[in-house]
Amino acid sequence: MGLKTALYDIHVSAHAKIVDFGGWDMPLSYGSQIEEHHAVRRDAGLFDVSHMCVIDLTGARTREFLRRVLANDVARLTLPGRALYSCMLLPTGGVIDDLIAYFLTESWFRLVVNAGTRQKDLAWIREHAAPFGVDVRERSDLAILAVQGPTARDKTVALLSPAQRTAALDIQRFAAAVDVGSSWFIARTGYTGEDGFEIMLPATAAADTWRALVAQGARPAGLGARDTLRLEAGMNLYGNDMDETRHPLESGLAWTVAFEPEERDFIGRAALERARASGGARLVGLVLEERGVLRSHQVVSTADGAAPLGELTSGTFSPTLNRAIGLARLAPQSGARVSVDIRGSRHAARIVTPPFVRNGKPLIEIQ
Amino acid sequence: MSEQIPQDLQYTKSHEWVRALPSGQVEVGITEHAQSALGDLVFVEVPQVDRKLALGEACAVVESVKAASDVYSPVTGRVAARNEELSEKPELLNSDPYGAGWLMRIELEGKAPALLSPGEYQQFLKESE
Repeated sequence: MGLKTALYDIHVSAHAKIVDFGGWDMPLSYGSQIEEHHAVRRDAGLFDVSHMCVIDLTGARTREFLRRVLANDVARLTLPGRALYSCMLLPTGGVIDDLIAYFLTESWFRLVVNAGTRQKDLAWIREHAAPFGVDVRERSDLAILAVQGPTARDKTVALLSPAQRTAALDIQRFAAAVDVGSSWFIARTGYTGEDGFEIMLPATAAADTWRALVAQGARPAGLGARDTLRLEAGMNLYGNDMDETRHPLESGLAWTVAFEPEERDFIGRAALERARASGGARLVGLVLEERGVLRSHQVVSTADGAAPLGELTSGTFSPTLNRAIGLARLAPQSGARVSVDIRGSRHAARIVTPPFVRNGKPLIEIQ
Repeated sequence: MSEQIPQDLQYTKSHEWVRALPSGQVEVGITEHAQSALGDLVFVEVPQVDRKLALGEACAVVESVKAASDVYSPVTGRVAARNEELSEKPELLNSDPYGAGWLMRIELEGKAPALLSPGEYQQFLKESE
């Protein structure tokens, strides 16, 4: 028996297939995972992501603390509500976790971290926050709903009061609005490659809000669809595509590391500068040119199969492209054509630049 | 949840079903329980016609979005036909596992092995819940 979110009973009564995820009993799907996937690409899907961990950081030196502990630079967050995606690194450059940081006020930032890494993240953050006098508070009183898809925002704002509706529709991409009185927090972020909202709200209000969103036509979607959607969107999954043994530069996350300004001494910086100078493996997108399904840990080799290049870190069947796709960590200077070993036989694959799909549209040409 | 188990088939503990055809061949597929556990199927690999299969040999692969799973030959024999439609429409295994989602037909070699009756398979499902 794992941990349960405030919506667990709703998932069970909707006949969801429940699986363990990071110690939580979560819905894998409510029937057809592929139909849930398409609902998000074409209309609106609704996810319970309350297993993720919300951490509020408060104190006058919060920004200074985050500039030390995150590889991306929260100095980039100048407008209240703006969000930043970042890795949190070990001194070795290995990734402790990836997270989103929201700037709310000069003395209040909110982090959302992964469920499976909650304990070590909190320990690390508390340890490093103490010298800055930053208060660290886990918000286990909150639930998180993600409403994603081209009609997700319309379906969500239909539930709000006129004043809230105006505020919600004003939220820019990758930004949030917070109502301190009600503890509601609405962010225009997600993990699907579609527009939509992630809503944090008191766990006690989660069930009613879930039902209201379903009544608006948002289709409940599980972790299965969440994984195919994020992979089509070219987004990494912690534990698959990067972990404490891999640094961001070999995980397709160089864009999230702020080396400028040079004087900012974030944890992991020295290791990343050495890695940057020496080159090394890179994370690429793969499309399988034949029938079959890509999976993590399949071995990738040169097109003729002669020399191994690396392995897949994530793989799946893309419902939008109707083709297998994946992410693979490969040696530098591999050609565009490679092969993948699937159950002992060689299959042709092509290296591409993710994302594979964005806003409902394929970005990769399928031959 | 009660599952309708066809009464005219035989079964294995690895969730294959076997149908005796008038020709003397047997038709093989995976059960409702198996397709439901796998979820949406997106790829099916069935053996070449004329391939010899031993009882219990891994002879086909069914892949859903989340996992790949082997199918084991419930009999010894030679592949007489395979369901070519599955390469384009693997979802037939989900929508009609006992009909249009059949995997292959096998010409038996020797005597048919002992398989589970519908009642025994039902009991097995109940015990493994």
